[in-house]
Amino acid sequence: MYRYDEFDQDFVTDRVAQFRDQVNRRLSGELTEDQFKPLRLQNGVYLQLHAYMLRIAVPYGTLSSRQMRRLAHVARRYDRGYGHFTTRQNLQFNWPKLSDIPDILAELAEVEMHAIQTSGNCIRNVTADHFAGAAADEVADPRPYAEILRQWSSLHPEFLFLPRKFKVAVTGAERDRAAIQVHDIGLHLKRDADGRLGFAVYVGGGQGRTPMLAKKIRDFLPEEDLLSYCEAILRVYNLSGRRDNKYKARIKILVHEMGADEITRQVEDEWERIRHGALKLPQGEVERIREYFALPEAVRPLAGDPTLAAARAADPDFDAWVRQNTVPHAVAGHVSATISLKAIGGTPGDATDAQMDAVADLAERYAYDEIRVSHEQNLILPHLPETALKVVYDGLVAADLATANAGLVTDIIACPGLDYCALANARSIPVAQRISERFGDSARQREIGELKIKISGCINACGHHHVGHIGILGVEKKGEEFYQISLGGSGDEAASIGDIIGRGFSTEEIVDAVEAIVDTYVAQRASPEETFLAAYRRLGQAPFKEALYGAA
Amino acid sequence: MTAKAPVLHVITANALGDGLVVFLTADGGWSNDIAEARVVGPDALAEAVAYGKAQHDARIVVEPYEIEVTVEGGVPVPVRLRERIRAERGPTVAYGAAEIAARAANNR
Repeated sequence: MYRYDEFDQDFVTDRVAQFRDQVNRRLSGELTEDQFKPLRLQNGVYLQLHAYMLRIAVPYGTLSSRQMRRLAHVARRYDRGYGHFTTRQNLQFNWPKLSDIPDILAELAEVEMHAIQTSGNCIRNVTADHFAGAAADEVADPRPYAEILRQWSSLHPEFLFLPRKFKVAVTGAERDRAAIQVHDIGLHLKRDADGRLGFAVYVGGGQGRTPMLAKKIRDFLPEEDLLSYCEAILRVYNLSGRRDNKYKARIKILVHEMGADEITRQVEDEWERIRHGALKLPQGEVERIREYFALPEAVRPLAGDPTLAAARAADPDFDAWVRQNTVPHAVAGHVSATISLKAIGGTPGDATDAQMDAVADLAERYAYDEIRVSHEQNLILPHLPETALKVVYDGLVAADLATANAGLVTDIIACPGLDYCALANARSIPVAQRISERFGDSARQREIGELKIKISGCINACGHHHVGHIGILGVEKKGEEFYQISLGGSGDEAASIGDIIGRGFSTEEIVDAVEAIVDTYVAQRASPEETFLAAYRRLGQAPFKEALYGAA
Repeated sequence: MTAKAPVLHVITANALGDGLVVFLTADGGWSNDIAEARVVGPDALAEAVAYGKAQHDARIVVEPYEIEVTVEGGVPVPVRLRERIRAERGPTVAYGAAEIAARAANNR
């Protein structure tokens, strides 16, 4: 794992001291809310519906056991005993007192964590494939580049007051698990014909009120040019992005208005000017950072566990969990395991302090001390020996964390919605819970197969509804909650924005509507292997419209 | 034909220190309990809003605003769902250890 050097540590520690002073001045009445608001936002502190909210960065979703335990400690000591893992691989606490936040940040700084640039119009926490460094299908680990981008973008003086927020995601595999095409910059790490590492560069994707897929503006950018090229993109955006209208300020609007060809030309021109300058990545530095992310020494090929088959045969629930929640690892005898934060009827992404501690203990004892947060609001043990599958599973059962539903219909992404969020128009969590309960039967879920439901409580789309196979958007209509359904969205390498299917549904109707869609799919799929998304792309809207609204 | 009832409001904000939802009370203080809120008729609304603003400027509460309520059983009830959720002092769903306990009870 990456370890802070003295610069990182000093910078984070100094920032805590600075913010402590700012909080003290706010509490003593020296600072007004107008003066304080931009300061608190730069340190990840929002004021939500019920209380302050603190958003903590988890760079590229990677955590050690020590860090996870510290998050559990903060939840217990300063909050209400739980936290919420987000679609940006971060963690949010919903109830911190303003006066406690400097102490929280000081405790986090001790374990190399912070909340800087988790809000505001700056470059946000860089996200990455949650199976990075472990996936069998990966060209190379994307996280060293995410870390290089983190260092470059942290307090980058030119890019702290962008027209709007800016999100970067990196994937190292053809199979895109980081949703790069719906980010401001998406980077696909790959090799060229000569075996050199570099990136396909996507620009201008995003969700929100104007969902757009990114345009690929370069098929291969050499590794050494990563920062100069990103700087060129940011510079063009910073100069030409709109500042007159918050809703038209993201780079996706600039790309759309300017056209992909023109923005590519401007970026390439700027890059030509700066590419041979100070931002060229020295190979030694790339290697130095790459070493932090090397597989733990102890992860060596192992023979399969001869007792595993018998253990799976003896315990159908364990068998289902292994089948559904583990994926192949690059090293024989290992898997990557998804710890579902989607208990049937639970709040998507929430974990209690005790659950965080339990995951930390399991990771430390059996999984080389590494944990990931996925953008699908689950936790991952990226390097798990097959020999430890049963003991880890038993530990997860004891912590109420063993739901065998990764990628299934109950593995729902949901934003906090009107239960917590000051911007929301409708609740997301109760809808997710009711859908989860409706489809909670494990045999039924498995029969349905891969199906991603994503729910947002407002047009800002934090719940990624635009890229849900079934997307649900909550709106307020005449004082009532109403839910609009879109179908056929996808955030993977074949990304697409979902199509709105028709008029919305009331709170009472929405779960039945989702079930009607799922039943239509199951009835009309060509075979059990044809996924919902594939079937929708083949069938189009018509059968689903008919199921929802009757014959035209 | 009955006369239209006057529109009623209470003033709400978040407390500066802990951020929790508060309501302006009759004695000019702030309470977490909407039952203790001062219900303001149309004639007094401007004065109450101005008082809230002054409390914001005095760094006592953050971003006060008025919300429409009806009075039911002597207790103000916000008209909008958003404000009803705020007045309940928490989400409409169980959270943390209580959520896990509720789930365990359901599965029994």
